Amino acid sequence: MSTDVVAASDLQVYALYLGDDCLILSHRLAELAAHAPEFEEDVALSNLALDLLGQARALLTYAGVVEAAGRDEDALAYGRDDREFHNLLLVEQPNFDFAHTIVRQLFFASYQLALYRRLEHSQDLTLAAVAAKGAKEASYHRDHARLWTVRLGDGTKESHSRMEAAVGFLWPFTGELFQPDPITQRLVAAGIAADPAALEPVWRAQIDQTFAEAGLGHPVELGIRQGGRSGLHSEHLGHLLSEMQHLHRSHPNASW
Amino acid sequence: MKERGSWPLWEVFLRGRRGLAHQHVGSLHAPDWELAVQNARDLYTRRGEGVSIWVVESAVIHASDPDDGGPLFDPPADKVYRHPTFYEVPEDLKL
Repeated sequence: MSTDVVAASDLQVYALYLGDDCLILSHRLAELAAHAPEFEEDVALSNLALDLLGQARALLTYAGVVEAAGRDEDALAYGRDDREFHNLLLVEQPNFDFAHTIVRQLFFASYQLALYRRLEHSQDLTLAAVAAKGAKEASYHRDHARLWTVRLGDGTKESHSRMEAAVGFLWPFTGELFQPDPITQRLVAAGIAADPAALEPVWRAQIDQTFAEAGLGHPVELGIRQGGRSGLHSEHLGHLLSEMQHLHRSHPNASW
Repeated sequence: MKERGSWPLWEVFLRGRRGLAHQHVGSLHAPDWELAVQNARDLYTRRGEGVSIWVVESAVIHASDPDDGGPLFDPPADKVYRHPTFYEVPEDLKL
């Protein structure tokens, strides 16, 4: 068991990094159920949300097991406040419009695919198993976002300008995807985590190719926005959590 | 891309497993064939059905006229030689 050679607390937090990304983005996509521009897209976005929710469940459950303090997936999803969430700022950004939804998907799914392809070889067998299954899903999510990015970027004047606005808004959040932090670096050294810095060239090449096809340019790099990994979130996460956690907090352990 | 609300209709055909023919499973709206394949994947293959998807724009399918049912489909009952009814079918043959 890998926890023999690394601190369990590191592994627990890393599982939360990955699980919270899935959970929060899943909720953002779920917000679009019955609000997508077309019925077919409604189903597609809901499917993406369900894929991510499945990954979140596995990862949060694992975080609870590693923590060994009796918290299960529900306790971790519904019982933490925003400062205790470790997700990237990117995934908590609101849907705004379909362009923002798609660009956020393109950025995150491309990142997650590169991440999972490395994590498949992790020394931690649970993470490796989640990554192996999740890579297929991430690959589909990336293709879905890529097809829409090309169509909207290279579509009408309106769709192009909305895509440009979405790229401009979301780009500063992408730096955080590749920032090293001490916990991840210790797990990288133990062969458990994927090195974030090593993912960037893979990610960048994919984004460049899709942007070229879509006729979209890169915004000027004005520095990055980060803080999610250490619990310092944008103002949007609190609102998301209040909605996502409302039922569980009002009626603890409710079931139907 | 066409404007919202005017996406064409596509017919979806799935092949359940190798060796079988594609079967019509339903239809959906999509702006082009790539997204039609993608939507078909979401709508019709989520439970592991299928090894192959075909999509065909509904507008290019030509159908027979229901009013022509008689001439097209009534079996020529008087032409007994068209109906293979003269064979002994072995009992263990599954049809």
